[in-house]
Amino acid sequence: MKFQQIDQYAAHLASDKRASVYGGTKSGYDARLRALTTSYTAPDHLRKLAGNIKQHTIENLDTYLPQVEAKLQSNGVQVHWAGDADEACAHVLRIMRARAATKIVKAKTMVSEEIGLAPYLEKEGIECLETDLGEFIIQIDHDHPSHIVKPIIHKNRREIATSFEKNGLGAYNDDPQVITLRARQFLRHKYLEANVGISGANFVSAESGRLVLVTNEGNSRFSIAATKVHIALVGIEKIVPKDRDLEIFLNLLARSATGQQLTSYTEFIRGPKSTTQPDGPEEMHVIFVDNGRTDVLADECRPILRCIRCSACLNVCPIYRQASGHAYRAVYPGPVGAVLSPLLAGKRFSEMADLPKASTLCGACNEVCPVNIPIPDLLLRLRDRGKKEKSEAAAAATPPMGGFAILASSPLLWKTALKAGVLAPLVPPSVMPAAGKTWVTTRGLPEWRGGKFRQWMKNRKKS
Amino acid sequence: MARRQIPPMDEKPKEILIHSNLSSMSTSRDNILSRVNAALKPLETRAAYPEYSDSVALTPALNSDLGLWENFCERVKLVHGTPISGGATALATWLREQKLTHGYCDPALIEQFQDAMDSSITLETSFDRTRVDDYQFGITRATAAIAETGSLVLSDTDTSSRLAALAPWVHIAVLNRAQIYPSVAAAIANLPDDPNIIWCTGPSRTADVEGILIEGVHGPGVQVALLMD
Repeated sequence: MKFQQIDQYAAHLASDKRASVYGGTKSGYDARLRALTTSYTAPDHLRKLAGNIKQHTIENLDTYLPQVEAKLQSNGVQVHWAGDADEACAHVLRIMRARAATKIVKAKTMVSEEIGLAPYLEKEGIECLETDLGEFIIQIDHDHPSHIVKPIIHKNRREIATSFEKNGLGAYNDDPQVITLRARQFLRHKYLEANVGISGANFVSAESGRLVLVTNEGNSRFSIAATKVHIALVGIEKIVPKDRDLEIFLNLLARSATGQQLTSYTEFIRGPKSTTQPDGPEEMHVIFVDNGRTDVLADECRPILRCIRCSACLNVCPIYRQASGHAYRAVYPGPVGAVLSPLLAGKRFSEMADLPKASTLCGACNEVCPVNIPIPDLLLRLRDRGKKEKSEAAAAATPPMGGFAILASSPLLWKTALKAGVLAPLVPPSVMPAAGKTWVTTRGLPEWRGGKFRQWMKNRKKS
Repeated sequence: MARRQIPPMDEKPKEILIHSNLSSMSTSRDNILSRVNAALKPLETRAAYPEYSDSVALTPALNSDLGLWENFCERVKLVHGTPISGGATALATWLREQKLTHGYCDPALIEQFQDAMDSSITLETSFDRTRVDDYQFGITRATAAIAETGSLVLSDTDTSSRLAALAPWVHIAVLNRAQIYPSVAAAIANLPDDPNIIWCTGPSRTADVEGILIEGVHGPGVQVALLMD
């Protein structure tokens, strides 16, 4: 019997992992909700407005991309373009080699995960150190992030303390304060030794070419205060038209991600450091990364490109909470990942086509989305595509629905089936048709209630 | 197509390598842009840029009975920042209370501050990156502040050293009343003409380990806003 891969992963997930993930998604939930709903007079209007701004932007990328490129260049930034992951990594390597540079400090960027930058550079003998606390722990554990904002949501303090001890970062101590201080001490010297700082970008303003970075830890600030070269990896969808739009997006991003009004550090970078400033990059590069995004832009699911990576949809998703981020087998987990990962997979869509099925379509993801992405609609479109492309991954453990279609299209058969359904729990799974068997091997049958509504309707009319 | 040349590097120039890559860069650029064009061509209409007012994302109104500094103080405390009014003298008192004795001070401020501190507090006017842990605090000028969020605005032009405002455990940003913006919208509308601006809203923080809030990760564990007037 085949299972959906995500079900299988969830079924074998250790209970402490599940508890970590579940607890992590719930923690701060009230603060996030309060920050989003009580701050503004019309919160729903605001997120729809933000969605409209982003939708406008992605539908006009043909105008905005050349505009932002020209602006960046006039600000003294060197602009590079990468069609795919390899090309993006090669750009970074080329910049490193040309400067005989060997050490990178890297702030959190999802694009770098997507293109596999750190492993690529390590093979070339370049040290590429993660500086976000969570990402640093992921790196020393040779693990993968399982959440966009909280990369180590699946780990507890005891595991972290153990790997710190193993990596020579002090004797076992699982106090989060001690863990953080040790990382602070270790990493600050790494920043100062490094030649190049790498970051992503949360937003890039087409109007001014300002690149906006938000962090809480201050690691991206340190990365580009201590090094002489700054490289930013930017997905081509990260643009906003005007500086004033940033007010809306900064407000929504921090609230949706962590329940803060603003993150601790919001940095607006327009180019290399000023000549009077002793610290910071003398040289700045922006690498615009496509890596499948233009395919998504051509697809009817293009609204997913509005995403600002806040993770709000992960935190509310009943599937994510139970299955964990690693169950999604991709860099972007949760509802956004269930849409984005199969699309970014390009020709390998069908291998990932089961992900859109990992949803109850409850709609919570759409309700919390700060850019109002209709995730459930997009999931349905991708389910349809998976079926049309005869994806094996998507078909696994999916009962054939032909019999149901016959029943559902004849009122007489339907009524009979409702009456007969009361016998269903008595049927041993071994003699069930395939559809029923698939269902009951992973789920228990509820008490039969078929026909009750019709009965109620009938009685209601009489009285 | 005119493309910006990569400037000569510090060591071992490799001009040939760079030139050979310039052509592939242009190709990728053109490929990506033509794919974008092709993706958008079938759209019959494009979503318009929505009109909206500057106050659309304004969060709870400031207390109009109070001044901007007083409003700023209320908000900065919510994000665990430390507001101090009373200029250099007040800071000297606070530093002694905190038992902080050695730090960095922006050379443009040194005269004002040196006089207020007695000999128990020593100040350096250059930040030596080989001794980052020697500085218990850093005093630098803020470019502005935002009352709505309790944020301090630092810029390359006004902040004498990015590292001195970041690496020590305590950062003291110095400002005057006239520099305080009421809202995020006003601060964005007036972003200074500067290659690098950073808004610091409270101390550096993380909640990566089990969602527990810890302050002072890579940046300051204590963020002070010092009012001079």
